[in-house]
Amino acid sequence: MNIASLLASKGVNVVTIGPHDSIRSALSLLAQHNIGALVVVEAQGALVGIVSERDIVRALARTETILVEPIAVIMTRNVVIGTPQDDLVAVSNTMTDRRIRHLPVVEGGRLVGIISLGDIVKAQRDQYQGEVDTLQYQLLREDDMPSGKAV
Amino acid sequence: MTDDSIPGTVARPLRVAIIGAGPTGFYAADHLLRQEGVVVEVDLFDRLPTPFGLVRLGVAPDHQKIKSVTAVFDKVASHPRFRFFGHVELGKHLDVDDLRRHYHQILYSTGAQTDRRMGIPGEDLRGSHPATEFVAWYNGHPDFRDYQFDLTQERVAVVGVGNVAVDVARILCRSPEELATTDIADYALEALRGSRVKEVYLLGRRGPAQAAFTNPEIKELGEMADADITTRSEEVELDELTRAGLERSPDRATMKKVEILQSYALRKLTDKSKLLVVRFLVSPVELAGDDTGAVVAIRLARNRLVATPAGTLQPKPTGEMEELPVGLVFRSVGYKGVPLPGVPFNESWGVILNERGRVLDPAGKQPVVGEYTAGWIKRGPSGVIGTNKPDAAETVACMMEDRARGILLRPEAPDAVAVEAMLRQRQPFCFSYGDWRRLDQLEVAAGRSQGRPRVKLTSVEEMAAALVPRHE
Repeated sequence: MNIASLLASKGVNVVTIGPHDSIRSALSLLAQHNIGALVVVEAQGALVGIVSERDIVRALARTETILVEPIAVIMTRNVVIGTPQDDLVAVSNTMTDRRIRHLPVVEGGRLVGIISLGDIVKAQRDQYQGEVDTLQYQLLREDDMPSGKAV
Repeated sequence: MTDDSIPGTVARPLRVAIIGAGPTGFYAADHLLRQEGVVVEVDLFDRLPTPFGLVRLGVAPDHQKIKSVTAVFDKVASHPRFRFFGHVELGKHLDVDDLRRHYHQILYSTGAQTDRRMGIPGEDLRGSHPATEFVAWYNGHPDFRDYQFDLTQERVAVVGVGNVAVDVARILCRSPEELATTDIADYALEALRGSRVKEVYLLGRRGPAQAAFTNPEIKELGEMADADITTRSEEVELDELTRAGLERSPDRATMKKVEILQSYALRKLTDKSKLLVVRFLVSPVELAGDDTGAVVAIRLARNRLVATPAGTLQPKPTGEMEELPVGLVFRSVGYKGVPLPGVPFNESWGVILNERGRVLDPAGKQPVVGEYTAGWIKRGPSGVIGTNKPDAAETVACMMEDRARGILLRPEAPDAVAVEAMLRQRQPFCFSYGDWRRLDQLEVAAGRSQGRPRVKLTSVEEMAAALVPRHE
């Protein structure tokens, strides 16, 4: 399974914010869309960073007045980026190893989506559930029909 | 709006049309009919006369056990509020507006009906085919029964190492005796009896650890009656990146897969009449043809693996090339959905534009009232048959949420009889589930005397004739 199969049913909206927007505006976007991270893009659409709820929590813990500062102050600039063709297994390993919870997905220089560890867990759960279900069913059928032809 | 006005009661059932009677269509019907406190009527449509989609027409004939899942679908079909209308095609006999007149909700589960192209020169030379066409042909798909494949060729390349590629390679390598006990289409059995295929090359772009096939499948390839299997030891060795990845997060199934493939490299060839060669780290770059436009060779670029920023190991050409003489090529490099007339589509991913199964309008990205999708046309081709069950459940949950909020179509004639009346006009030769049960019995009975699971009826005319006097 690859990232494309996960993005396919997530819609095509990616919530973004500008590097000069305030951290407070990021907070309201996160709350409004009930998400955990925002992709930071410049006016021309170039991806310049990512900001997560955790980045904001950390900044707030240090300085309570941080909310009026621009996103650029706290965003992660060195963003790990995926493509729709990336394997889910490889990506989940990378995200676990590097402790990343959100991965922007870019295709042909264009931001086409973002996936979270939660999305990957859900996709893998559905896949395993499907496999277990199929295998259990086949085993049951074998018990039911000992003469059944098993090729 | 009062709660009474929301359909889903005995007096006023929630009417749902499902387009596409593959596994996902049945799983969705099952979830819908099991809703507690909501009375749902399901009409399941398919453009073919027979139900079960790829279980009947995709799953390989020598994998009958996988097909046993149809017993689950049979049970769904016995529900009193379930109906099947086969040989009815959206865009031909019905359009989305017709459905909006008779149903509160519409669900599209039409699967991934076409293959991706390799995008290389020579792809359309004579003798180069999508693997799916060959699969549909040997499985007796009515639209493909008259296709021709040149089985006088001795050397065949199958591009790809996914399940379909493996099926195609295996069917080409099976002996007529092995195939004769399956439900392969009679005409395909006959054609394969005369096959002169001697060598089959299965070609993977990446390494053995990245191949999509499963361990039982790759083991099965090593247990064929009249075909040897081999790999090249230098191609099945683990590269540094894969080895490091497996050390960080050990994956027993992958290590076993590599072990099996390595054991094939050491196997001595016997005197079996066919040879299956599983190659890795090669990408087709061109098909070469002769003066008559027939394929004579496939040019391959050798690869090594490099990691993407997100960690996927991708093939990168080393600059080394080779030419493999073959007279027949099957490409199996991925599948994608076909747009449905009147339904928003995401071209680049080959799926219906959707969010968790709610169809989105192409511009505003808002959900389209009353339209949903599930299965491969929702998420793309991935997973096993059972993966579509949780997938369909997610969509049905959205459908129930929307129903509770009164977000439904407002059909002018939401009744079962009106649909039948419409179909009598548009497609008098539609098939019911009762018709399918009779066809099923006839096929199984025909198979019994030959020691086969069934003998398939492969044309609509044959099927209609078998049902006489039902269809006059």
